[in-house]
Amino acid sequence: MGDARHVCDVLIVGAGPAGLAAAYRVASSGGRVIVVDDNPAAGGQIWRGEQAKPSSPEAQAWFEKLRSVDIQLINGARVFQQPAAGTLLAETSRGICELSYSRLILATGARERFLPFPGWTLPNVMGAGGLQALVKTGLPIEGKRVVVAGTGPLLLAVAAYLRQRGADVLLIAEQASSMRLARFGLGFVGQTGKAMQAWKLRRSFSRKGAKAQRRVRYLTGCWPLAAHGEDKLESVTLFRHGRVSCDYLACGFHLVPNVELAELLGCGVDAGSVKVNDFQETTVSGVYAAGESTGIGGLELSLVEGEIAGLAAAGNVDEARKLFPLRTKQRKFAELLNRTFVLRDELKQLVQPDTIVCRCEDVTFDRLRAHSSWRAAKLQTRCGMGPCQGRVCGGAVEFLFGWGSESVRPPVLPVRVESLASAEYRSAE
Amino acid sequence: MPETVTLTVDGVSVSMPAGSMVAAAILKSGKHAFRRSVRGEARGPLCGMGICFECRVTIDGEAHCRSCQTTCENGMDVRTDG
Repeated sequence: MGDARHVCDVLIVGAGPAGLAAAYRVASSGGRVIVVDDNPAAGGQIWRGEQAKPSSPEAQAWFEKLRSVDIQLINGARVFQQPAAGTLLAETSRGICELSYSRLILATGARERFLPFPGWTLPNVMGAGGLQALVKTGLPIEGKRVVVAGTGPLLLAVAAYLRQRGADVLLIAEQASSMRLARFGLGFVGQTGKAMQAWKLRRSFSRKGAKAQRRVRYLTGCWPLAAHGEDKLESVTLFRHGRVSCDYLACGFHLVPNVELAELLGCGVDAGSVKVNDFQETTVSGVYAAGESTGIGGLELSLVEGEIAGLAAAGNVDEARKLFPLRTKQRKFAELLNRTFVLRDELKQLVQPDTIVCRCEDVTFDRLRAHSSWRAAKLQTRCGMGPCQGRVCGGAVEFLFGWGSESVRPPVLPVRVESLASAEYRSAE
Repeated sequence: MPETVTLTVDGVSVSMPAGSMVAAAILKSGKHAFRRSVRGEARGPLCGMGICFECRVTIDGEAHCRSCQTTCENGMDVRTDG
């Protein structure tokens, strides 16, 4: 295991749209930039696999721009600790990577929110984005029966993608009511591109698929009540719809910002999102945040926030200011999005006393509800103390009990013992 | 880069397009249980993006590897706990 040291002007954590847009703007301004990312390739989740198999013209345009500037990309590296101000440590398969910077941009993205219901821990019950990610990276889906459920615009995108790849998408169950969705549609007025995109996507499900698949039913005000099966998923029961046999249940309840690293660095977090000023700077001077970690807002908002953060971190504040109006417009769309797909209270009734809430430690709902805070529940039940460090159950306990995270301690992700030892040594230096 | 890579999942040979992730190979091999939970329940991938740790398996002798974040390589020996 070898160690590596890197020094740069601006370090960016996360190679999704926000991180890449920021990197482009820093590099264009002449700064030395390093982008570090956990995934095997750049693109984040939305542009996963775009470099290997191009499908989005917008992604291709960005990758083209990035090739024209000098950026160092470190993939397969997970940042886990800050041994001293201005330095982060990342673990790779080859060893430890020490990254020193003058300014830092956090573009750590978001994850899906999962809600517990009976059977949600069965194999082949996955996130909506989760199943899509696996299909993008080699899982054959042709002819497989898939139910897509939960909430958010991601459901439509995932269903369309899976269908295009030959999946038999049986139905989409969206918990939001048809009235909320209609209002969402009206809110698109003034954003023709987005309205057309959504309309085309919805319409495509009412026709037979490219591979002669059946039409896809889009059920609003509908959600999964239980998943059934022995050692893997066999069927799912949906509210007011009954039982449907399927091979996969792709189920996610919108998104949750990834704020753990920001919290570790002492950045202020408000209502689950990293707090930033007009220049995307966090409450810690010299540390910026952009994209979904500052609040769920979609691709276009992530890109413009990334550009602003990149320009500001490179000291180019006048150029950054020019992008404020575009960001304001995208933020309006984000507000509408989050209002539309707000979770209904009935979803709190899905979990049963014996339903597992914390999958890492197998902690059931009845063991949690006796406690008044997540901290108390952690101490008594180990809820949120397994390998995912509460990243999965955190979104659930926040919705079910209103519990928020109270402290983040290094390492922010499980790492090898030798990585921890190395970090200790560095802190002591 | 070769077009396909071949690895074994619990001794069963699986061929995947180059660049595929180990989690996809495990499911393609017909395995659905990647690991057993604390109480012994079968578990498989959930998030597909390296967050949930439900897809962890042993790869070439190294335990607790996230199969959704590990690229398939020729001759890789993947062991599930399912």
